[in-house]
Amino acid sequence: MSGARVEVVGLSAAHGRSRVLDDVRLDVGPGGWTAVIGPNGSGKTTLLRAVLGAHPHGGQVRVDGVPTTAVPRRERARTLAYAPQRPVVPEGVSTAEYVGLGRTPHRALLAAPRPADRQVVADVMARLELTGLADRAVATLSGGEQQRAVLARALAQQPRVLLLDEPTSALDLGHAQQVLDLVDRLRRQDGLTVLSTLHDLTLAGQYADRLALLSGGRVVAEGTPAQVLTAEALAGHYGARAQVVTGPHGPAVLPLRAPGHDRG
Amino acid sequence: MTAAPAPRLLAAAPARPRRRTALVLSGAAVALVLSALAGVWVGALPLPPGAVLATLADRALSPLGVDVPGGLEGTGAAVLLQLRLPRVALAALVGAGLAVSGAAYQGVFRNPLADPYLLGAAAGAGLGATLVIAHVPATPLGPVGLVPLAAFAGALLGVGAALLLGTAAGGSHSATLLLAGVAVASFLAAAQTLVQQQNTDDLRAVYGWLLGQLGRAQWSDVVLVLPYLGAACLVLLLCGRALDVLAVGDDEARSLGVHPGRLRLLVVVAASLATASAVAVSGLIGFVGLVVPHVVRRLVGGSHARVLPVSLLAGGAFLVLADLVARVALAPAELPIGVVTAFVGAPFFAGLLWAGARRR
Repeated sequence: MSGARVEVVGLSAAHGRSRVLDDVRLDVGPGGWTAVIGPNGSGKTTLLRAVLGAHPHGGQVRVDGVPTTAVPRRERARTLAYAPQRPVVPEGVSTAEYVGLGRTPHRALLAAPRPADRQVVADVMARLELTGLADRAVATLSGGEQQRAVLARALAQQPRVLLLDEPTSALDLGHAQQVLDLVDRLRRQDGLTVLSTLHDLTLAGQYADRLALLSGGRVVAEGTPAQVLTAEALAGHYGARAQVVTGPHGPAVLPLRAPGHDRG
Repeated sequence: MTAAPAPRLLAAAPARPRRRTALVLSGAAVALVLSALAGVWVGALPLPPGAVLATLADRALSPLGVDVPGGLEGTGAAVLLQLRLPRVALAALVGAGLAVSGAAYQGVFRNPLADPYLLGAAAGAGLGATLVIAHVPATPLGPVGLVPLAAFAGALLGVGAALLLGTAAGGSHSATLLLAGVAVASFLAAAQTLVQQQNTDDLRAVYGWLLGQLGRAQWSDVVLVLPYLGAACLVLLLCGRALDVLAVGDDEARSLGVHPGRLRLLVVVAASLATASAVAVSGLIGFVGLVVPHVVRRLVGGSHARVLPVSLLAGGAFLVLADLVARVALAPAELPIGVVTAFVGAPFFAGLLWAGARRR
């Protein structure tokens, strides 16, 4: 399974009457990782949901040149997998069953899981070190374990594109890095294309190979992390005072306090 | 990461192997058979258990040309075949339908307090039945009497109005649908109270209906509801796996290839059809649809693919037993079965909650 090119062309979306996205344009190459960054309310989540087809939108989303609206729902589900910012974790469902839901688009909706489905689920769980938790209720897992379970469910779809909405928002720094390392490893091994939102700019700069800065519903900057993460951009679009430091794997953002305050 | 506000009134059993589900499923089936046997055996007229079994075997095997001797004759046979058997069959059908509908409603709305009467089915049926009892003189109480038909129509109209209102107001979101159901149910309940207050002579009959009754059950009732109830339950059982997908949220269900709005509509329509059929022949029997699925979840975990079939059997068994209690507790008088389900069910439910809280 190899990654697909994801193109977003002239995408617009609204919440009620207020326009949230306006003529958004993105191009994520096969096996690439683009992180959408931007201040709160800039439309990051709406953009991801629109790409998924879960939010009404104008414009087009194309996967390998084919508009997603031209593809039946179940076939689309075999191409695009999605992990939301706040996954709903069902009660009384084991981790193995939860991950198994990812097989839904691969068999008839009424059919029971086949041995092939169980094999995919077992493989994915082994890769994500969830095997020991297979019989635990997914609702009782820790935040980091649940995030891995959500990723496992998405991977069980055997997709070509992963849409990840803030995959680290519920995690502390160590677990956030673990999850992002995992995503990076998976995309390199499987050639998956990743389109994610990330509010942590340093993590975005370290992991993604391209960034798209969304502000006021428009992509105001797009390029490599070094091109997008500049002190000027952070001041202009976030109203933030920060210094951008160049690390070995990309830029890191160091927030600065306003001058004129002595700690005395 | 948010845990679902999904059915969790009782701590659901954690993951269970499939073997346990098979065990619980067969246990529920055995319970249904045993309670049905108890239901036909116990009653005002004592019937010898051996003769009861012989009669049942004889009837079951007669199409094959097999004759089982030692069966009941005369009054005994009539009581068994024309009074107790249809009553037990109807109780099992109604209980199964209400329990499956309740489990489906709870799943589709991700709300542990959902029950089959939530979207206006009960209020609509109540209004329909009250109107007929109050305004149609000398209503025949037979199988094709007007009360069941009016209750059936009222239930479907209530749910239909809630669906229309909810869809017009906010698409297929579960919260909008729930609120629309509350609005419709309150309106219909108010209308029912108004009609009832203006016809106080019929109060007794109305209350008797509202509290649920299986006392006049006949084979024709069973035949009347079986097609609707059977078809609706079949659809709901087939939706189990899809409901498991819906349990992870609308966006994620969509990303897994399931259309949440269409699935919700299908499940609500099927569950409402089952509920309307049950209500038409038995009145409003509370508690079954709320409690049975929760108890079942404790045993087999939260997956609808398991909860729905077990609820079907357990609901049937529970209502057959409740009806048995209704018949014998104050014999020769009969308790309204809705009173029994609440009286027996509520303390049992409270005990389960308590045990669940202690275990946590």
